[in-house]
Amino acid sequence: MVKRAPPSRDELFAILDEVKDPEVPVLSVVELGIVRDVSANDGRVVVTITPTYSGCPAMHEIEQSIAAALTEHGLGPVELRTIYAPAWTTDWISPAAREKLRAYGIAPPGRAAAVEELTPLRRRAASVACPFCGAADTEQRSEFGSTACKSIWYCRSCRQPFEEFKAI
Amino acid sequence: MTDASPLVPYVVRLGDDRLVLGHRLSEWCGHGPILEEDIALANIALDLIGQATALLKLGGALEGAGRSEDAFAYFRDAVDYRNALLVELPNGDFAFTIVRQFLFSQFALLQAEALTHSANETLAGIAAKAVKEYRYHVRHCAEWVVTLGDGTDESHARAQNAVDELWRYTGELFATDAIDDSAATAGAGVDPSTLEAPWRAVVMDVLGRASLSVPDTRYMQRGGRDGRHTEHLGHLLAEMQIVARSHPGATW
Repeated sequence: MVKRAPPSRDELFAILDEVKDPEVPVLSVVELGIVRDVSANDGRVVVTITPTYSGCPAMHEIEQSIAAALTEHGLGPVELRTIYAPAWTTDWISPAAREKLRAYGIAPPGRAAAVEELTPLRRRAASVACPFCGAADTEQRSEFGSTACKSIWYCRSCRQPFEEFKAI
Repeated sequence: MTDASPLVPYVVRLGDDRLVLGHRLSEWCGHGPILEEDIALANIALDLIGQATALLKLGGALEGAGRSEDAFAYFRDAVDYRNALLVELPNGDFAFTIVRQFLFSQFALLQAEALTHSANETLAGIAAKAVKEYRYHVRHCAEWVVTLGDGTDESHARAQNAVDELWRYTGELFATDAIDDSAATAGAGVDPSTLEAPWRAVVMDVLGRASLSVPDTRYMQRGGRDGRHTEHLGHLLAEMQIVARSHPGATW
């Protein structure tokens, strides 16, 4: 049997870039910044991931999908390591990935630091552009949406409710 | 048998507060006053249960006896739980749930901010992640506290009643014992008594804006941190643990 050269880091990231987030299927786990590192040694692959939210119910499925994708490429065994520091932030989502979100109908996240400056009862009226018509005349209906990572907004211009990927 | 890390009981207390409150909040799922609020409470519950999972997993790793987070959650009885009494109280009405969540979330935010400097790297990482989550929990609950307190006569009365009922359970959050001292001295934990003044400043500000006042009583109810619980915890655990105990070792 011919021993294959271990895949490079870029090749491993390319494989993982095929694994989409089950809740936001337009983005991959690499684009979301969930995959922090990956390395292979003698076929054994170690993937370091970080959760988006502490209680994100999709994390288990994401772990299984990552392992399955690597196994399909003939790699393994796969070891998944979960790290919490540095804490996941939407600032890791690239401009290209943000545009994918917008085209999918989800307003991309703003700057995370701007949200951290918010204190109880001193909320700024941050404007989030409607992903459908681009209007800035929108209002937040709830900071909590269909998944932990999204909030619910309403566009007064095109009168459509929409979701925002929360900056965190 | 190796000596378990003295940090184990400290970390388990952190996990138990979040597990029990997360389970309580999840009882609102499908019963929220409006859809958005139903979703919000379920989201907060998920964050807390996720944090509890990470903390109890860490507790098991530090203990080194092979206990998983599920073993902590499903196979301990009420006397072995170390959560504060505040988080096990029944949900009451929506005002009671929101006021309790505000009082706890502001405490948890300050505690997590301090724990980001923990000498235990895993605990520091879990805290750094949780800080982001507590920030929006506090924002959400504080807005509701003002909406209810400064709302109608009915909503004000219910919110004031919640503050009056809950206040005597807040002292336990800041009580310090040998377990806290040990964790704080090791640089891994935070002395909860140091969090009381900054907590009080934020709470008084929000309650003031909500036209709500704090009762005069100085008496503070304690016991949860030592395993002396109200009758309510046993009922909560019965519901939470029944499936795991009926089918031990089951996977899905």
